[in-house]
Amino acid sequence: MSAVAQYVSNIWRAVITTLIGMRVTGRNAFTRPVTLEYPDERAHLPERYRGILHNRIEDCIGCLACARACPVNCIHIEISKRDKEDYGVTSDGTKITQWIPKFDIDMSLCMICGLCTEPCPTECLTVTKEYELAVEGKREMYLEFALERDKQIVAKKMAEKETPAAAE
Amino acid sequence: MPIDTNQKSTDLRTEEMIINMGPQHPSTHGVLRLEVTTDGEVVMDVRPFIGYLHRCFEKHSEKVGYTGVIPYTDRMDYLAAMNNNHGYVMTVEKLLGLEIPERAEYIRVIIAELGRISSHLVAFGTYANDLGAVTPLVWGFRDREYILDIFEMCCGARLTCNYYRIGGLSGDLTPEMLTKIREFLDYFEPKLKDYDRLLSYNKIFIERTAGVGVIPLEMAVNYGITGPPLRASGMKWDLRKDEPYSIYDRFEFNIPTGKGLKGEVGDCWDRYMVRMWEMAESVKIIRQCLAQIPEGEYISPKTPKMIKPPKGEVYVRVENPRGELGYYLVSDGKPNLYRLKVRSPCFTNLAIVPAISRGVMLADLVAIVGSLDIVLGEIDR
Amino acid sequence: MKEWVDGLIRGSAALRGMPPEVSYFLAMVFFGLCAVGFMAICALAFVWLERKVSARIQSRYGPVYTGGKFGWAQTLADAVKLLMKEDLVPTSADRILFNIAPVITFMASMLTLVAIPFGDGLIVADLDVGIFFILAVSGMAVIGFLMGGWSSNNKWSLYGGMRAASQIISYEIPVALSLIGVVMIVGSLNMSEIGRFQEGGFWRWNLFRSPFLFVAGFIYFTAALAEINRTPFDLPEAESELVAGYSTEYSGMKFAFFFLAEFANLFVVSAIASVMFLGAWTSPLPWQLLPGPVWFLVKAFGLVIVIMWLRWTLPRLRVDQLMAVCWKYLIPISLVMLIGLGVQMWKFPVK
Repeated sequence: MSAVAQYVSNIWRAVITTLIGMRVTGRNAFTRPVTLEYPDERAHLPERYRGILHNRIEDCIGCLACARACPVNCIHIEISKRDKEDYGVTSDGTKITQWIPKFDIDMSLCMICGLCTEPCPTECLTVTKEYELAVEGKREMYLEFALERDKQIVAKKMAEKETPAAAE
Repeated sequence: MPIDTNQKSTDLRTEEMIINMGPQHPSTHGVLRLEVTTDGEVVMDVRPFIGYLHRCFEKHSEKVGYTGVIPYTDRMDYLAAMNNNHGYVMTVEKLLGLEIPERAEYIRVIIAELGRISSHLVAFGTYANDLGAVTPLVWGFRDREYILDIFEMCCGARLTCNYYRIGGLSGDLTPEMLTKIREFLDYFEPKLKDYDRLLSYNKIFIERTAGVGVIPLEMAVNYGITGPPLRASGMKWDLRKDEPYSIYDRFEFNIPTGKGLKGEVGDCWDRYMVRMWEMAESVKIIRQCLAQIPEGEYISPKTPKMIKPPKGEVYVRVENPRGELGYYLVSDGKPNLYRLKVRSPCFTNLAIVPAISRGVMLADLVAIVGSLDIVLGEIDR
Repeated sequence: MKEWVDGLIRGSAALRGMPPEVSYFLAMVFFGLCAVGFMAICALAFVWLERKVSARIQSRYGPVYTGGKFGWAQTLADAVKLLMKEDLVPTSADRILFNIAPVITFMASMLTLVAIPFGDGLIVADLDVGIFFILAVSGMAVIGFLMGGWSSNNKWSLYGGMRAASQIISYEIPVALSLIGVVMIVGSLNMSEIGRFQEGGFWRWNLFRSPFLFVAGFIYFTAALAEINRTPFDLPEAESELVAGYSTEYSGMKFAFFFLAEFANLFVVSAIASVMFLGAWTSPLPWQLLPGPVWFLVKAFGLVIVIMWLRWTLPRLRVDQLMAVCWKYLIPISLVMLIGLGVQMWKFPVK
């Protein structure tokens, strides 16, 4: 291409491609915006959405599978063996053989990978659809699920264990 | 246009200026620091500094068990989490000698190709933003959103997906999701034409990218460049075709290479355009998958509950959107892996920046770094 | 305007008592303040408009909440926020230059408004050298940019300042050359005169009078974009290259001055284009359907929207390409245009 033709073509290309671009953007300006106006409208969350964790502690058998599966060790569980007469039953019929005085999930460490929910035999540890994670203090991210009953029973047991030792 | 850097002016005492581009700079794609020696607008030397995003990925993975590594791979190349997962689970499966059900393989390919499109959309948008056009950025993110919605449906998260499992996947694709994917493809194909009209063939864009940051083929091979930058330099090398993994050998697709249509082979425009063409190829692959996908299991029933591969070592590489992602895994037969080394495509691609950006303008440096499409999460790991 | 001021002075007892120098001075200060106020409101409106235009192009809504409807109070809220911000001066900065740089830039764009006719006779100062005055004062802005870039003592700011200086000084030439074409055909530098010359329908507008002036209008528009640092020529503040260019170190109200000046310039450029090429306050048809100032504002605002539309469509040029556009394309073409226009006027004199 000669220099003059190149010169003219440069100008022509610049003008015409700019106009083509403006046509594309101009057309888009009259389409419907895709924004979801967040506080007023909520996104439709799919069934498998992974939000923060929740444990239905009544169904928990204290098997520690979730704590083992967690890659970041944010699930802290303490268990203590129940006596035979205290055995409970979960909603799906599994025997509960442990008191669970501590079932804490530190959501500030959790990366919401969902791996802990997969090995759970009674499906009591689940992901919720809660996605607004902002809280006022770090303390609020530390979720405690243990029942007061279990805590008291185990505390009593511990005290009983210690008292005879102290008396001797 | 390279400028002769050896030219010296004798009658005026001048000094070169050393300027820090990053770690907080709008166009370093994360926390890359480039120490740039400049003479006016001309770049004399560049030294990339990395490591601001180092999170001990390789050491962490020795502590968390084989399944626990998967969410960590999400966080390496956070724009193509699904593709990272794919490579890792294939590594462990190779070590275990595990067969994957047909349906799972199809789903894996569909999701990986969607991941490729979403990653290239971000590359397209951020590259346009580096060159001063903001609208393509927002459009890229707008259309990526539909893919993220699909990811959210199938695994529950948008970015850190954690969808692939050793032996299969964490959940099946329901018919509803397959329709959603089809709808997306129908929506997306005309958009590709819009992008071309808006940006790819724009005269200013061509002026800014054509002939800038040329990587000759020999140099690309010597530096170990992979992925779109290598293909832009003219080599037809794509692991999906040349060393087919998963079920990629069943599909018909082309491997776009740079042809130097607007400037020279291997310039920024070629690198950009290869990505645009690859998106169209990914759409083709997904369409074939959707047509062929069989019924069946989504996770192999033979998957052991406790994953404890035999002693041994294995190397698996996959074609990530950014290049060749390799996992080298050593197992000593214990529940935790012994050593995992990742061959990061962005790391090697970044290494070429000093070599090709001596003597370019400051604005070209931005264009070169952008065209390599690096993700610092993967470089630093 | 002068007659009107005379009438005002005669009508008001307080003004009549003063010596004429003082009363005219007061009247001029008053109109000057009106102009500045109008410009500030325009700039605020344009910031809002820019947001809305960009939002629509990018499939978004833009501001919707502030002020109840359409987010109309968004820029007001931003201005309040900027006022409240801490006014930081970097320790190693040159304090004096750093402080006066935004004022100079702001002043340069405000002064131009003095010579822009909003309607027939509706002009603050109907100077005989109107367009010349505008070019002279708007060129002052570059001093502000350079000062800001230099005094911040930041390498990115320095780049921005230097780029601004080279760019604005280069692009003054095609701007002036393209406006000379209009001056040639009208035979006056007076802005009102130029406006009156184009009355009587759109075919009498300068843009359509001659093919050469059509090209001149195009050149003016392109070069003016570069003069006010708009995309595709926004190199001095190229965000992805220079962080924020010359205004990197500025915060609070000083930044707001730069920002306001930028958007005021947007109006100035569009207003000049509509006066010089698009028939100022005249209606496109032989009948004046709407009042003159309305026509003028419609044209100016239309051009502003086109400039915004361009901004959200195009990428940015590189420094050497920017200079190439100016010296290799705009200036030679405008010189050829001037010669062609001269020949045309010689062969077909304008009545």
